Amino acid sequence: MKKKRGRRAWVLLGLLPFALLIIGFLLVPVLSMLTGSFMNDDGNAFSLEQYVTALTNAFYFKAIQNSVLISFFSSLAGIIIGALAAYSITRFSPAVRNRVLLMSNMTSNFAGIPLAFAYIILLGNNGIFTLLFHEWGWDIFAGFNLYSWSGLTLVYVYFQIPLAILLVYPSFYGIREQWREASYLLGASPAKFWITVGLPCIAPALLGTLGILFANAMGAYATAYALVGSNYNLLAVRISSLVTGDVVTRPQLGSALAVLLAVTSIAAVWINSMMTRKVAAFTAGPSESPQSKRKTRFLSTKRAPINKTSLSGRESA
Amino acid sequence: MTRKMGYHRILIGFLLVYLLLPLIATALYAFAGKWDHTILPETWTLDWFRQMSLDARFLESLWNSFYLCGISVLLSLVVMLPTVFIVTVYFPRWEFLFKSLVVLPYAIPGIVAAVGLIRAYSSGPIAISGTAYILIGAYFVAILPYMYQGLRNSMLTVDAPALLDAAEMLGVSKITAFRTVILPNILPGVTVSILLSFSVLFGEFVLTNMLVGGQIETVQIYLYKRLAESGHLASTIAILYFSFILLVSIGLTKIGNLMKGGLRL
Repeated sequence: MKKKRGRRAWVLLGLLPFALLIIGFLLVPVLSMLTGSFMNDDGNAFSLEQYVTALTNAFYFKAIQNSVLISFFSSLAGIIIGALAAYSITRFSPAVRNRVLLMSNMTSNFAGIPLAFAYIILLGNNGIFTLLFHEWGWDIFAGFNLYSWSGLTLVYVYFQIPLAILLVYPSFYGIREQWREASYLLGASPAKFWITVGLPCIAPALLGTLGILFANAMGAYATAYALVGSNYNLLAVRISSLVTGDVVTRPQLGSALAVLLAVTSIAAVWINSMMTRKVAAFTAGPSESPQSKRKTRFLSTKRAPINKTSLSGRESA
Repeated sequence: MTRKMGYHRILIGFLLVYLLLPLIATALYAFAGKWDHTILPETWTLDWFRQMSLDARFLESLWNSFYLCGISVLLSLVVMLPTVFIVTVYFPRWEFLFKSLVVLPYAIPGIVAAVGLIRAYSSGPIAISGTAYILIGAYFVAILPYMYQGLRNSMLTVDAPALLDAAEMLGVSKITAFRTVILPNILPGVTVSILLSFSVLFGEFVLTNMLVGGQIETVQIYLYKRLAESGHLASTIAILYFSFILLVSIGLTKIGNLMKGGLRL
């Protein structure tokens, strides 16, 4: 008995370094941020004024609004393009499929500073396409400015698409070929099939992915920072300049904004995990045709690299 | 059917062009000599690469990136291997709690994490803001989800608890069993986690810039600072960085394929 208790102590001792690091670099900072956000500017008394400022001050409210809008539109564009592309990928032979997925995953590493820079080369003031369009006299692009709202959205969409493909792609295998055959036999058109069977089946996955994309864009900082610096009024940029700014810092307000950002982000990730559970309920049926079995196995063996990029593809990394 | 395949081909073709275009442009820029007002560069040169390889500041940032990421990944491995092992074997019931704690950094954007860290450590008894210590701590937390997921999956794949029981029945202590049976079996999974974490950290910008941006230059920070000065040099760094990440990705895929036989997720 005594020996057993001694061993138990050893086991707990093995968890000690982990506990210390987690407390020191995760829990304490989060707590510090939370308490800070409920303090006045001097940091000596409890107050709700930071949240009031964040939500009523036109400047900060605009930052939140800008971030929400750009995240929403870039996620929407990302999910639409990503879902269409992911479906097309499933139509190819396994060899082509693998290659396309590999390419897409590879580009998902291309985010942040290098991505912003690549877009400057393409569409900046002296960019390849800017010159090309100028030469061809395409005036519709004359009003386009990379260092503005539209340019920023364009770059955001770029890093959303590979992530969307990655997350939505597996869900298309939840739509069984038999369902399609059955609905065609019953006289449904392809459009009818998608509206009544296909889309409802992948809807949870789409919604969940939309959540991840939204969180991804809300937290995105490097791309915007490299492209427009702190000129553009985005939530992440605002937080950073409030906490580490050169001119004036208001860490309490920055904390409040950061808490708001964290809440949206955690909510989005939570929605995704709820939806993933729903998808699992859909796809993990016992009756599988030999064909779909082969496909699921293909998926499961590829799980490791897919998992990899689905995490590292996040811009906030 | 062929008509339909045509649509898919065109769509995927466009997608690949769209995704690869920024990369190609960066690569062109890295090798371009004179390139001001033409569509393609007028002259080609390797000079930017030569300049970069002689740039002491770049080499130092490369070294900083490697040692900071290396130490963080190593620390994470040393801490997480026993932790995941202990939790899987001794406290499987607490695993859900443990998991939600460990996955938290994935849901919290880097910018938020940076705010918390700065607040906690810029003053007071432990003022380590701006030093490598705070960055390594932040990196440790940032790669927790990847490390945990990778290690846990490989432990469950080899069915670590059952292996341990078998080893114990044969009269070996758990520690020895861990060292001689479990560790060799999960080695591929561990390698994947290491490579993945390393590549994530290598591309990290938010935490690095906010926590130690003024003091320590990593490749990403250097790249950012160089953007305004010399575009050509910046693009050579970007291409070099991307090639490195590509190599790591290929390594990951190769190991993933190797594990095909044994690994079932």
